[in-house]
Amino acid sequence: MTTRRNFLKGTGSIVLYFNLMPTAALAQQSAAKDLPTSLAANPALDAWLRIAADGTVTLSPGKCEIGQGIQTALAQIAAEELDVALERVHVVTVDTSYSPDEAYTTGSRSVEHSGAAIRMAAAEIRSILVDLAADELDVDSDRIDVLDGTFMVDGRASRLGYGDVVKDRTLARNASGTAAPKSIDDYRVVEKSAQRIDIPGKAFGETSFLQDLRFDGMLHARVVRTGQADAKLTLKSGFESVAKMAGVVKIVRDGSFLAVVAEREEQSIAAAARLADFCEWDQIDLPITDQSALPDWLSEARADVRVVAEGGAGDVKGVVRTISNSYSRPFLAHASLSPSIAIAKSEADLLTVWSHSQGVYPLRRAISTIVGLAEDRIRLIHAQAAGCYGHNGADDAAADAAVVAMQIPGRPIRLQWSRADEFSGEPYGSAMRVEISAGLNASNAIVDWNCDIWSGSHTTRPDGGLKAGNLFAARQKANPLPMPPVGDIPLPRGGADRNSIPLYTFAHHRVTKHLLQDMPLRTTALRGLGAYANVFAIESFMDEIAQAQGEDPIDFRIRQLDDHRAIGVLEGLREKMAVAGMHSAAPPAGVGVAMARYKNTGAYCAIAMGVTVEEKTGNLRLDRAVCVVDVGLAINPDGVINQIEGGIIQASSWTVKEQLSLSREGVKSNDWASYPILTFSEVPAIEVTLVDQRREPALGAGEASQGPTSAAIGNAVSRATGKRIRDLPISPQRLRQT
Amino acid sequence: MTINTNVNGTDVELDVEPKTPLLYALRNDLQLNGPKFGCGVAQCGACTVLVDGNPVRSCVVPVASVVGRKVLTIEGLGNRESPHPLQAAFVQEQAMQCGYCSSGIMMSAAALLEKNSQPTDEQIRSALRGNLCRCGTHNRIVRAVSAAAQSYQEKKTP
Repeated sequence: MTTRRNFLKGTGSIVLYFNLMPTAALAQQSAAKDLPTSLAANPALDAWLRIAADGTVTLSPGKCEIGQGIQTALAQIAAEELDVALERVHVVTVDTSYSPDEAYTTGSRSVEHSGAAIRMAAAEIRSILVDLAADELDVDSDRIDVLDGTFMVDGRASRLGYGDVVKDRTLARNASGTAAPKSIDDYRVVEKSAQRIDIPGKAFGETSFLQDLRFDGMLHARVVRTGQADAKLTLKSGFESVAKMAGVVKIVRDGSFLAVVAEREEQSIAAAARLADFCEWDQIDLPITDQSALPDWLSEARADVRVVAEGGAGDVKGVVRTISNSYSRPFLAHASLSPSIAIAKSEADLLTVWSHSQGVYPLRRAISTIVGLAEDRIRLIHAQAAGCYGHNGADDAAADAAVVAMQIPGRPIRLQWSRADEFSGEPYGSAMRVEISAGLNASNAIVDWNCDIWSGSHTTRPDGGLKAGNLFAARQKANPLPMPPVGDIPLPRGGADRNSIPLYTFAHHRVTKHLLQDMPLRTTALRGLGAYANVFAIESFMDEIAQAQGEDPIDFRIRQLDDHRAIGVLEGLREKMAVAGMHSAAPPAGVGVAMARYKNTGAYCAIAMGVTVEEKTGNLRLDRAVCVVDVGLAINPDGVINQIEGGIIQASSWTVKEQLSLSREGVKSNDWASYPILTFSEVPAIEVTLVDQRREPALGAGEASQGPTSAAIGNAVSRATGKRIRDLPISPQRLRQT
Repeated sequence: MTINTNVNGTDVELDVEPKTPLLYALRNDLQLNGPKFGCGVAQCGACTVLVDGNPVRSCVVPVASVVGRKVLTIEGLGNRESPHPLQAAFVQEQAMQCGYCSSGIMMSAAALLEKNSQPTDEQIRSALRGNLCRCGTHNRIVRAVSAAAQSYQEKKTP
């Protein structure tokens, strides 16, 4: 039998270097086959995990903490495979000077990507260290186990721990994929709810956020702009007086890019307000301002039309009736609680930028394009801000700060957007229209499904080259970049068409995407992308049919499903609804159900929402949500539940309250009064249950619940009132009018 | 101009314009992280601090208005060694996602518990109506405030 130790001996000694920073030298080496995607792209083991002489483990993932608890879940995976206590694992933020490049932290894929890489890397490091210990202790490696970083020989603690073997050396070696990760039956850390490692710091006001970083000599900057990236600026005479205001250090102008920098924050705010009075903006009128005309406007606008999915053999047969309905959602704001911010410092030919971007490597390329510095002269460091829920103003603010910092070398520039800057300037979730036409056979099953989707882009994240043109700073500078060509994420992940293919086993289906080419507003990725509107449409449509024929909505769904996990969450939901007594709801109360599998490849989520509608006012109360989720192996079960609960509340807010209000001049929503969200007294009680599917791969939970939430609310409202609202939001006004 | 006030139990002198919003003096002059900038117009509650025990929106309160008064931020509520029941409960209940709104919410809740140490869930929700949370952590937060109230009670009746 070849033990691991013999295997290593047979291939010669392993390479151990002293190294302060993870080595990139070996990254060129060809990667072993069958490594997880992120590890194959970043095979150097010490890019992911480093162990210090005191036994402390430093975990360095390429995914960033955005309030979703990913650092904790990844630390659990590392602790599990290394056999150390979770407390021993210290997680560092994403930094282009040392982190593996995992592109973006998006799409609920961090556990799938980073988690798989860390599992494999940690298992291999453990195996290497066990072999080193075996050499030093002169025993066979298969007699060695590890308990919280201490090597155990035949179950007894040896004199050696990880730190003794590593000493002051760093493992500079590429992953080979030869060490097998643990069996889930041996898990001790994973699958146990762990307290998030970042929460105590936030509870005690420690330095947790980008906003909390303070540097000597730091200046405060604000931008002055309208919400339109291509608006041309004329500064009226007299603007120079702003430079004489208290504390003002500089007015930074580059083409239509305008910012003002001051010694103190309140001085920069006052100066920016004054400067705005001297600005004249040449901009276009928005072509659409009336929310009720939005669906028609969407389907009439210039679009790139293509069939994105088609299935079914032979001709459509047996259709006895056809039902068609149209659904829509308005433009939505990410509306992060903290307006976008960045700190940038240009010093000695190096530009350092702290940003809450979801992708520091692509952002580095974009800033390189905008400021004309080579990528290796730019260091991007991720720092947390408030939750972003997709691509908000974070990247814009980082580029803004970079442009300002390049003009004021040596001084750190803290550039903070105002609340109004955020509402009027963030890239939004696109308005969408979804039209479904389905053919039913004699047994009331759907045999033909046609879906048309009209939408702006759901992917305008910045990158180097042309895609830098997605950012304000690039479009506004003296030699502006044009708006990049309109694109979208193709299926199977999908952008506008995410979750557009029903999970149901319809004999025929066709999905056509109409990608709008001339969006009046910047649109991009908002949590769930197209899934929110597509699931709202599909699951409302399914409910309408079930309701019309008096069939139980869960029965109607299950008889058209083959996917046993989808059936599992629906059956689970039925039980939970019975326990909660939700079946007995009668007008003015009602209960609606909905189910989806995020991206058709991610987590399964079934939701029942109970609502009460006051007939006279149309006031809608969200009473209670019951939710059953299948994420496969749940790394941190409480973290999953937290994400699902949050998704339900946020999507409830979108569904019953939110729409960007528009005028000819631009976006009118500029504060929380003009863009209200759900408050403490309006959120439903929520009960989340995780289905035990621990032998299935771990799936992300951050975007699983938004789609089902919207349809569950619409379906509940229909049962409570008899009114079917197909255009979001389901507001009291719409309920009164319908 | 010098502003004399008391922050987290310590007398401080602030050399700022009297109309400067308290938030910037706390964050930038005293380097406190607790109160957060969220909107600047007293709509979101992220900047909430206590002035003589009452919750105020520090983003719109001029620093001149706190001369001779007592300002309390989350840093003055407790620390890792000696956490306030609210801080302990927020950790215990995992009542955060991004955590940006937490400080303002804990300060609003601290003011509530001082007046009403046995609040109902409805009273907690009502006390927090001016604090926004975008991540959707509301129900956990209500649970945490309720648990903190419980531990207040246990301390009072040993």
